[in-house]
Amino acid sequence: MKTLVWVEHDGKAVKDATLSAVTAASKLGEAHLLVAGQGIDSVAQAAATIAGVGKVHVADDAAYAHALAENVAPLVVELMGHHDAFVAPATTTGKNIAPRVAAMLDVMQISDILSVEGADTFTRPIYAGNAIATVKTSDTKLVVTVRTTAFEKAAAEGGSAEIEKVASTGDKGLSTFAGEEIAKSERPELTSAKVIVSGGRAFGSSEQFHSLLDPLADKLGAGVGASRAAVDAGYAPNDYQVGQTGKIVAPEVYIAIGISGAIQHLAGMKDSKTIIAINKDEDAPIFQVADIGLVGDLFKIVPELTEKL
Amino acid sequence: MKVLVPVKRVLDYNVKPRVKADGSGVDLANVKMSMNPFDEIAVEEAIRLKEKGAVTEIVAVSIGEAKCQETLRTALAMGADRAILVQTDERVEPLGVAKILAKIVEEESPELVILGKQAIDDDNNQTGQMLAGLLNWGQGTFASKVEIADGHAKVTREVDGGLETDDLKLPAIITTDLRLNEPRYASLPNIMKAKSKPMATKSPADYGVDVTPRITVTNVAEPPKRTAGVKVADVDELVAKLKAMGVAK
Ligand SMILES: Cc1cc2nc3c(=O)[nH]c(=O)nc-3n(C[C@H](O)[C@H](O)[C@H](O)COP(=O)(O)OP(=O)(O)OC[C@H]3O[C@@H](n4cnc5c(N)ncnc54)[C@H](O)[C@@H]3O)c2cc1C
Ligand SMILES: Nc1ncnc2c1ncn2[C@@H]1O[C@H](COP(=O)(O)O)[C@@H](O)[C@H]1O
Repeated sequence: MKTLVWVEHDGKAVKDATLSAVTAASKLGEAHLLVAGQGIDSVAQAAATIAGVGKVHVADDAAYAHALAENVAPLVVELMGHHDAFVAPATTTGKNIAPRVAAMLDVMQISDILSVEGADTFTRPIYAGNAIATVKTSDTKLVVTVRTTAFEKAAAEGGSAEIEKVASTGDKGLSTFAGEEIAKSERPELTSAKVIVSGGRAFGSSEQFHSLLDPLADKLGAGVGASRAAVDAGYAPNDYQVGQTGKIVAPEVYIAIGISGAIQHLAGMKDSKTIIAINKDEDAPIFQVADIGLVGDLFKIVPELTEKL
Repeated sequence: MKVLVPVKRVLDYNVKPRVKADGSGVDLANVKMSMNPFDEIAVEEAIRLKEKGAVTEIVAVSIGEAKCQETLRTALAMGADRAILVQTDERVEPLGVAKILAKIVEEESPELVILGKQAIDDDNNQTGQMLAGLLNWGQGTFASKVEIADGHAKVTREVDGGLETDDLKLPAIITTDLRLNEPRYASLPNIMKAKSKPMATKSPADYGVDVTPRITVTNVAEPPKRTAGVKVADVDELVAKLKAMGVAK
C-alpha cells in the first residue's frame, strides 16, 4: 500500500505531529509525504530526511500558502490517483482538510486513530475517550486522521527521500485567508511538552492565572494548559485548552491545578504518564485519575511549590 | 437568506457513557438524550443572524430514529422556523449524512449551512467538511466568530496555534466551536409555539441516497482504567516526588 502523509509545517520547519503520522502511515505501507505551501523549500528538505519516507511531493503555490481546505483538497484528490491512503495528523489543519478529501473520493474517513490493527482495521476513541471502538472499513481507498499522542514520532533524520514537484491545482476562488492571531511563546508547545502545568476556573482572573502558573512553568520548563472554563473566562487564550474539544496531550507529567476533572477535560489528558492534581476539594473527580494528589488552596500551594523547586 | 441547521440527537454530555459488556457499543437504553451541544450553538448562531436581519428563515434537519423529533422540537422552540426529519433506524455515517444534506440543500437552496464541529458521541468531526466538499462550497470550520455581509461570511476559526480568519464566498458551510455563543434556553411559551411549527418527515430513500455504512464497528471496549494514586500531605512531599521522577532538580 502506498500512503500519502500530510506534512504539518509552519512554512519553515516540519511539525512534530507529522512524525507521528508518518509512523502510523508506515504501518499501512510505504509513506510518501505531501508538502504544500508557498516558499517551502526548507520544509521539503527537512521532510526528505525523515526516516523511512519513500518520496516527498512538493506543491509550492500561493493557493496553498494558508492550507485552505478548498484549495488543498483537490490537490490531495489528484495525488490519491496513485496512492491508497491519505494520512493526516489530527491537528486543526488535518481535521479541516481530510474529510473534504474523503467526501470527494466517496470514502468514509476514519478519525483520530489510536492504532493500526490491519490494512482495513483501526481503533479510535468515541464518547470523549470513554470507549474505544475497533472499526473495519470496506472502502478501497483510506482517509485517516491520526491521534498523534498514540504513535511514536518517526526519526526526523536518517532518510534521504527523493523530492518531486507537483503542479498546482490552482485557487478555487471559494475562500481567502484574512488574517490570524497566532500566540507566540517561548514555552514548549502543549502537544510536544514533557511537562504541562494546567489551570482551571479556580484561578479567578487572568492576572492570577499568569502570575501563579508562569513562574511554576518556568521552573519546570513546562508548557501551560487550561480547562475550558479558564479559557471561557478569559484567563488564557483558546490554544491553551486541553480536552475533548481542545488539545489532546500526553506529557510525562501533567499537573492539574484548580481543575475539577470533568470527563471532557480528562479526554484530553488522561493518557499522560503521571498526573498530579492540586485541588481544595478532596472529592474532586480529578483525584480519581491522579497518581499524586495534594488537597489544599492553590493560592498558598502554588507559590510555595514554585519557591521550593 | 435561508439557513439550514443539521442537529443530531446524542447522549447528554452530562451522562457518563457505559460500555456494554458484550462489546457491541455504548448503552443508550433509558439514558438522557439531548441535542449535540455544538448543534445548540449552531441553532443559536442562526437565530442571532435572523435577529440581526441577515437571515429570513431557519430550517432544522435531523437524520435518525423517530425520537429525533424531540431534538427538532427543541430547535423549533429555540427559534428555528421549520424542521425536516429524515427518519431511519439504520446507523448513518457522516458521509451518508452529508449526502442527504447535499440533496436537501439542492431542494431548499440555503445560502448557509451551520453545523456543529463534531458530534460528541462518535467524535468524528467530518460532516460539515464533507458537505462542503460534495457541494464545492467554502468551509469555515471551528468558528468562534461569524460576520455576514455583501455575499460573504467572515469566519474566525479556533486553530491549534490561536485564531485564523477566513473570508468565504456565500453559499458556504460553517461549523461551530464552543465559544461562538452561549445558546439560549427555550421559554415555556416558545416550547408551546414550537408544537405547531411545521415538521416534514422523509426517508433517505426519498432523497435517493444509499446510506449503507462503509465502516463496521467490530468491538467497543472500555479504555484502560486509571486508578487513583496517593495523596501527599504537603508541598515538601510533592517536591520530593517531583525530584524522584527527575522532573525537578
Ligand atoms: C461539548 C463540551 C465540550 C467540552 N470540552 C471541554 C474541553 O475540551 N476541555 C475542558 O477542560 N472542558 C471542556 N468542557 C467543559 C467541562 O464540562 C467543564 O465544565 C470544565 O472542564 C470545567 O473546568 P474547571 O475544572 O476549570 O472548572 P470547575 O469545574 O469549576 O472546577 C474548578 C475546581 O477548582 C477547585 N478550586 C476552587 N478554588 C480552589 C482553590 N483556591 N484552590 C484549589 N482548588 C480550588 C474546585 O474544587 C473545583 O474542583 C466541555 C463541555 C462541553 C459541554
Ligand atoms: N444524524 C445527524 N443528523 C443531523 N445532523 C447531523 C447528524 N450527524 C451529524 N450531524 C451534523 O454534523 C455535525 C458534525 O458531526 P460529526 O461529523 O458526526 O462529528 C454535527 O454537529 C451536526 O451538526
